[in-house]
Amino acid sequence: MAVAVDSALAQAISRIPDPEVPVITIAELGILRDVEVDEQAHTVVVTITPTYSGCPAMEAIASRIAFEAHQQGYAADVRTQLSPAWTTDWMTDEGRAALQRFGIAPPGPAATGESRGPVAVSLSRHVVACPRCGSTDTTEIAHFGSTACKALRRCTACLEPFDEFKAI
Amino acid sequence: MSGLVNSTNAPSESDEALPGAADNGPSGVSPLAPYLLGLADDVMVYAQRLSEWMTNAPQIEEDMALGNIALDLLGQARALYPYIGSIDGTGRGEDDFAMLRDERDWRNVHLVEQERGDFADEMARLLWFSAYQVELQTALTGSSDDVVAGVAGKALKEVRYHLDHASLWVVRLGDGTPESHRRMQAALERVLPHLAELFDDDEASLTAAGLGVGVLPSSLHDAVVARVSRVADEATLTLPDGSPWRSRGGRAGIHSRPLGYLLAEMQHIARSHPGATW
Repeated sequence: MAVAVDSALAQAISRIPDPEVPVITIAELGILRDVEVDEQAHTVVVTITPTYSGCPAMEAIASRIAFEAHQQGYAADVRTQLSPAWTTDWMTDEGRAALQRFGIAPPGPAATGESRGPVAVSLSRHVVACPRCGSTDTTEIAHFGSTACKALRRCTACLEPFDEFKAI
Repeated sequence: MSGLVNSTNAPSESDEALPGAADNGPSGVSPLAPYLLGLADDVMVYAQRLSEWMTNAPQIEEDMALGNIALDLLGQARALYPYIGSIDGTGRGEDDFAMLRDERDWRNVHLVEQERGDFADEMARLLWFSAYQVELQTALTGSSDDVVAGVAGKALKEVRYHLDHASLWVVRLGDGTPESHRRMQAALERVLPHLAELFDDDEASLTAAGLGVGVLPSSLHDAVVARVSRVADEATLTLPDGSPWRSRGGRAGIHSRPLGYLLAEMQHIARSHPGATW
């Protein structure tokens, strides 16, 4: 990601929180792909990529970027880029730690190719540690959670339910 | 049932011969547009159909699951429509395609427009459609068109998860109680007449495949069937051999009865309040 961190505007844009998971910034999430600031023309071209094709937060993120640029006297051109497809592997360590503190299990490494064998035979897909007590004795409650990017799990040790950020 | 059967009575080995085939709007600048419209309409219509499960699924987690799957499919359609509008010479945007086209202008297969039936019916359809999508999107990641390949690369990650989800349910229901097994088996039989159309090579797909942009639907058939068979085996279910009848016509705009009702519900706000924004 070629984000120019020397620009105050680029820094402000990179610190915009994700609207649905506000403990993580769009840069930490890995969906901010590029910021090109033209200091002479006072314009900025920002490239973002969706987590999922239908992610409803994209429009909110785009308008927040435009607002941030406007605040600093810039006109923003926000572009959406699909390829290469976003992967949770682009999430930064800071972002993962923030999710963990918030009670969301951060994603493991994304699988390349099939997520498992040809036939689904078990409800538990992989080892996920409870973000509260750290136990790896957890089970999946639901394949999909409160947003497209999360699944719902439960810790068998401390009995707390929690969100898991799905690795894709 | 008669409505569904009647829909297959169109005299069609060639989609060209179907009435309505010439009414495909003012498209035609790019030879790819009709093919891409079929891809987009499949996921748009299925997104609308799946979203009906919210508040109707057997458990609240499943409301969320099917709603999320619908959202993924809607996103895939939204990525394609503006591109189609840019290459077919009409300049139409996503709302024009989704909200302002009549039944005859839609190019989706009959499978996705059928009424939702019971939960086993939906899992049978989702299993087949997701298996088809996994093979389709895998092939399309190699498309010579950068936009099509980009949308496919994104979609592939999503549809793999959909297939996982449908597979889990089919195994759970098939290998569950005698009642769940009976109903899952019946659903596999009911969905059968609507599957063949997924694998028909029509003129649009022949053109798109010839240009290296699309894939021949028939080339996906064996791999899709193999995927579904493995799940059915695991679920102690029997894949029916064949159906005495099959649907056809969707790719030429000839649809079964349920599509009109689906479009009426989906489009009525946009049509009642033209140009409204929020």
